[in-house]
Amino acid sequence: MPGDMLPSEFIVDVDHQRCRRCKRCILNCGFGVFDFQSMTTADSSKCVACHRCVVFCPEEAITITKNPLAFREHSSWEVYLRKNIWKQAQSSGMMLTGMGNDLPWLNVFDHILIDACQVTNPSIDPLREPMELRTYLGRKPDSLEIKADGDGGFDLETKLESNIKLDVPIIFSGMSYGSVSLNTHRALAVAAEKLGTVMNTGEGGLHEELYPYAGNIIVQCASGRFGVHPKYLNAGVAVEIKVGQGAKPGIGGHLPGEKIGREVSGTRMIPVGTDALSPAPHHDIYSIEDLRQLIYALKEATGYKPVSVKIATVHNVAAIASGIARAGADIIYLDGFRGGTGASPAVIRDHVGIPLEIALAVVDQRLREEGIRNWVSIIAAGGIRSSADVAKAIALGADAVGIGTAALIALGCRLCQKCYTGNCSWGIATQRPELTGRLDVDWGAERLVNLVNSWSLELKEVLGALGINAVESLRGNRERLRTLGLDATTSEILDVKPAGR
Amino acid sequence: MPAACGLSGVISQDGHPIGGDVIIESMRVIHDRGNGLGGGFAGYGIYPRYRELYALHVMFEDPPGKELCEELLERDLEIEAAEEIPTTPSDEIVEPPLLWRYFAAPRGEKLSAEGLEADDFMVQLVMDINTTVPGTFVFSSGKNMGVFKAVGFAEDVGEFYRLPDYTGYTWIGHGRFPTNTPGWWGGAHPFNILDWAIVHNGELSSYGINKRYLEMFGYQCTLLTDTEVMAYLFDLLIRKHNLPLEVACTVMAAPFWKDIDFDDDRAQRHLYESLRMTYGSALVNGPFAVIAGFSRGMMGLNDRIKLRPLVAACKDDLLYVSSEESAIRQICPRPDRVWAPKAGRPVVGELKGDV
Repeated sequence: MPGDMLPSEFIVDVDHQRCRRCKRCILNCGFGVFDFQSMTTADSSKCVACHRCVVFCPEEAITITKNPLAFREHSSWEVYLRKNIWKQAQSSGMMLTGMGNDLPWLNVFDHILIDACQVTNPSIDPLREPMELRTYLGRKPDSLEIKADGDGGFDLETKLESNIKLDVPIIFSGMSYGSVSLNTHRALAVAAEKLGTVMNTGEGGLHEELYPYAGNIIVQCASGRFGVHPKYLNAGVAVEIKVGQGAKPGIGGHLPGEKIGREVSGTRMIPVGTDALSPAPHHDIYSIEDLRQLIYALKEATGYKPVSVKIATVHNVAAIASGIARAGADIIYLDGFRGGTGASPAVIRDHVGIPLEIALAVVDQRLREEGIRNWVSIIAAGGIRSSADVAKAIALGADAVGIGTAALIALGCRLCQKCYTGNCSWGIATQRPELTGRLDVDWGAERLVNLVNSWSLELKEVLGALGINAVESLRGNRERLRTLGLDATTSEILDVKPAGR
Repeated sequence: MPAACGLSGVISQDGHPIGGDVIIESMRVIHDRGNGLGGGFAGYGIYPRYRELYALHVMFEDPPGKELCEELLERDLEIEAAEEIPTTPSDEIVEPPLLWRYFAAPRGEKLSAEGLEADDFMVQLVMDINTTVPGTFVFSSGKNMGVFKAVGFAEDVGEFYRLPDYTGYTWIGHGRFPTNTPGWWGGAHPFNILDWAIVHNGELSSYGINKRYLEMFGYQCTLLTDTEVMAYLFDLLIRKHNLPLEVACTVMAAPFWKDIDFDDDRAQRHLYESLRMTYGSALVNGPFAVIAGFSRGMMGLNDRIKLRPLVAACKDDLLYVSSEESAIRQICPRPDRVWAPKAGRPVVGELKGDV
C-alpha cells in the first residue's frame, strides 16, 4: 500500500521552454521540492505553496496550482477531515499545524462598521491638522493630585508608575527566537526602535546581540522559563508573563529539537537538539494568588517596570482579566483565538478559545464596571489583519494592538502554515543557516516600518473622518461603531448598536 | 446660514446684581443660531434667601410622577419650601410640564447612614430620580442658583420663566439648534449638576468614551445628549478629584503633544504628560464652545482646535463670553476689550468677594 494514501495538495508545474536551468528554484525551496535530472523536476507532494520558487524564478517558469483532484462531495465529511484521518491512521499522532486558526469561523471584525462625521460635527483633515496616536501602556492612577504652586503654575503631587511610551498603538507580538530566526528578531527590534514601539521576545529568551534594543523590547517569561535570567529580565522596558496563547489556550509552547541549534540553545539555556516543550501551566502559578507573587517577584527583579500578563481569550476571560488586574498586572495582553503560532495541535488551534473582539469587549466593560480600567492597559492581539481591525479593536476598548502574523507576512510569509517543520523558505520560521541568511535584516526592518507607517496613516484617516484628533478619544468609544449582520445577542455583548440605530 | 447653537454669558466679578432681562436681550440678538427647539438660562445668586439649601427644579410630565418623586424627596430631604416655578403662559411655549422647585437639604440621618457627603448624596438622588421616576426630571440642583429651560426660542423661554423678576451675579443663556437628539424640555441647555451649569455649542465626537468613563464613577448619562457629559466631567474633575479649574480645562481640551514636548520646563512637561495619560478618556474631542457657570464664577472654553466660535469681552468688573460679538455689544455697547479666546484655553471670571 502506498504510505499515506494522500494526493498532493498542490501541483508544481515547470515550463521547460521558459526554464533556463539556473537551479535557483532548487536552492530556494526549503522543502526540497525541486531536483535536477537533465532538466528541472518537481516533487509536488512536498510543495506547501510558499511561493519562494515562483518569486525567485527569473523566467516566471513555475506555476503552482491547487490540485484539482475531485473528491466526492460531502458537506459533512469535508476533504480536510478525510485527509486528517488518513494521516492519523498512518501516523497515530496529533495533527500539528502552524499560524492561526484557518477555519471559517465568523469574523466579528468583518461585521463591524466605523462612523464618520457629516455636517453637524466636522471631520478633521489629517494632512493639515495634528493627529495624535501616542499611547502609554501601564498602570495609571485613578486621579491626580495637583496643587497650585502659588505662582500661576501647578505642581503634580502624585507619583506615576512606570509606563511604556508608544508613538503608535501597534506593537509586535511575541514570537520566540527559536520558532523564528535571529534575523527575524533583529528585523523586529530594528523596526520597533525606528517606529517608537516595542517588540516582544516571545518565550525563547533574547539573543545577547539584541540587548542594545532594550528600550524597545518586552521580555517574556513563560512556563518553560527558557532563557530567563536576571540580566534578561532587565533587558527590556517591561516583562510579560505568558500564561496563554490564542492559538493554543491551555497548552504550553512547542519547539521541535530540529530548530534548536547552538545559538538558540545558548539563548534558551537548553541542550542542542532537545525539544523545548513548555509546561501547560506555570508550575508556580496554580491560582491567582500565585500569579500575584510572580508579578511582584518580577517587579522586584526589574525595579518595578510594568508587568504584562498574556492570556488566551477563553470563555470566562472577563473574570480572569479582572483577577489579573487585581493581582497587580499593569498590562493585560489578550490573544484571540485567531492568534498565530509556530506549532500547535490543530485541534486546539482550530477549536479552543473565543474571538478576540468579543473577549476585548467584555474585558473592557468588566474592568469599567469594577472601576479598575485605569489600573491596566489592554493589548488586543490574535487576528489583527489591517488598520481597520486596529481602529475597531481600539474603539472596542484596546489601548494598543499586537501584530504577529501581519508582521511575518510583511517579511514574506505566505501563510503556508508549516512553521513547525523548520523549513521556512523565507528564512523566517527556520533555524537552517542556509535559509535564515535569506532574510536581510535591513530589508525586513524597512518592510515592517513601512507596514506600520501605512497603518498609522490609515488610522489617522479614520480618526479624522471621525472628527477626532487623538487616539484616546477613539479608545473604548463604541458609540462610533455599528454592527452589520451580527445577531442581537452578539451585538449586545459587544455593546455596539446595530447599523441603523 | 445658522448652523449652530448660540451661547452667551455674563458675570459681575464684584458680585453686583444683574437683571435676568440682560441675558434675554443678549440672546435675542442671536435668535437665528437656535431653531426654537430649546432655550434656557442659568442664574447664580438668584435665591439669596435659601442660599444654604439645594434648589431643586423639577419637571413632571404628569401628577403621578410628581407624587412618586415627592415621596423620594420627603424620604431623603428636609424640605424648607416647595412651590410651583412662576411662569407666564405664552403662545410660544407650548405644552409645558408641571414645573416645581424645592429648597431642601439632605436629612442628617440619611447622610450618616449612607456615609456620604451632602453633595455626593444629592448627585446620587438626582441620578436616581432621573433614571427611575417616569416622566420626571430634576433639571437644576445647585445652591443659590437655578436653571430655567424649555422647548422654544431662548428669549421666549426667558420671558416664560419671568427672568426679569430675578437678579443674579452670573447669567448664562443658550439657544438650541438640536441635530442629533430630539427637542424636548429636559434636553434644552443648560445642563446642570449641583452648582455646575453648562451651555454648549457643538457635538462631542468623543461622547461614547466620555460617557463610559463617567459611568465608572457612578454618573449615569440619561439625557440623550452629549452636553450632559461636560457637566459631569467638570463635577468629577473639579469637585471629586479637586483639580484646579484651569487644569480641568487642560484635561478636557488637552494641549497637543507637539506643544507639551517642546515645553522647556521639565516639570510642566511631566505634569501635562501625566494628565493626558491619566485622563485620556476625559478628553472632550470634537467641536465645542462651552460656557460653564459655577458658584464662584463663569468660564468659557473652546475645543483644542477651536471648531466653534467664542468671543470674550470685559468692561470694568464685568466679563462677557458669547458665540457672537453682537450678543455682547447688545448689552455692553462699549466694552474695554474684546478678544477671541485661544483654542483650549479657558476664559475665567471669578467672584472677588462674598455675595
